[in-house]
Amino acid sequence: MRVTFKVYRYQPEVREDPYYDSFSFDAEPTDRVLDGLNHIKWHLDGTLALRRSCQHGICGSDALRINGVNRLACKVLIRDVGSKITVEPLMGCEVIKDLVVDMDPFFGHYRAVLPYFMNEEAPPDRERIQSVEEREAFDDTTKCILCAACTTSCPSRWANPGFLGPAAIVQAHRFIFDSRDRGAADRLSILGERSGVWRCRTIYNCTRACPKEIQITKAIGEVKRRIVDDRS
Amino acid sequence: MSGHRSGGGHLRPAGSGFEAKAWLFMRVSGVVLLGLAVFHFYWMHFAIGVDNIDFQTIVGRWANPLWRLYDLALLAFAMAHGTNGLRYVLEDYVRRPGARHLIKGVAYVLAAILVLAGAYIIFTFDAAGV
Repeated sequence: MRVTFKVYRYQPEVREDPYYDSFSFDAEPTDRVLDGLNHIKWHLDGTLALRRSCQHGICGSDALRINGVNRLACKVLIRDVGSKITVEPLMGCEVIKDLVVDMDPFFGHYRAVLPYFMNEEAPPDRERIQSVEEREAFDDTTKCILCAACTTSCPSRWANPGFLGPAAIVQAHRFIFDSRDRGAADRLSILGERSGVWRCRTIYNCTRACPKEIQITKAIGEVKRRIVDDRS
Repeated sequence: MSGHRSGGGHLRPAGSGFEAKAWLFMRVSGVVLLGLAVFHFYWMHFAIGVDNIDFQTIVGRWANPLWRLYDLALLAFAMAHGTNGLRYVLEDYVRRPGARHLIKGVAYVLAAILVLAGAYIIFTFDAAGV
């Protein structure tokens, strides 16, 4: 099938303003959007800048705005988005070049929630035992691949770049509700600040954007509830 | 579109947990308002009937102090819930701190005037004196 890619371009060393380029070529309906972008990069215009790594929906590098919706380019088939495909960089981020955005603020917020296992107690002889039910409490949020599709689809984040954003809260949730972890109080105190979970307005854009189908708004709600419960 | 740069990991101090209380208040007041508003709607539209509502209806309703309390609760919860919602919008979208404080201040004063004016009428209304 004949497809037309309309791609956001920003090449500050060549041209001050961003613009759109169009590329038309033949592609298979079962090709992924990323295959189309690779085709452009490899055969039509080598100056196109984009991120991709594993290309199999695990590394989270190629989250992009595809026809207005945040998705992983490597997980979307061309037949599912049609023959006219607009590809733009993630919103609410500084564009460095073409489809590449500055991810430093995103990872800054990720680091702010202490996204690692915290437990000063002496480790047992073997593993730290956890029941199936205890694991269930945070199973969903272990699926996050830090692609930023959720955080960059969040209107609260667009309005307030200081807002931690859904991805950082999901990562915090993964440890707060882990029965083996002891750092919940530290994380809840960070998330309880004004730029933490209270900036969430329950818009559900994050849940819709997540390529791993994590129930993000629900997870954020659980963190809010936990903060309120711990205070009372 | 070139987006704006985030302030990195900078976070404001936790304070007194005001935002947690505000969040809980929005949940509780939302449920309370649902009950108050639905019953108010049922009472005026079905129990009394829209065609039968006139000044005497209100006089009759407010002859009972419980109805006055009911209307005061409806007014107070609706205004508090709505004003906090407005505060969320202003916090999100008015970026300049000076302008944000000013607009929030004006909104709070207006909300307080409306609640006080409504409460004044509810408490001082005297059908015999009209």
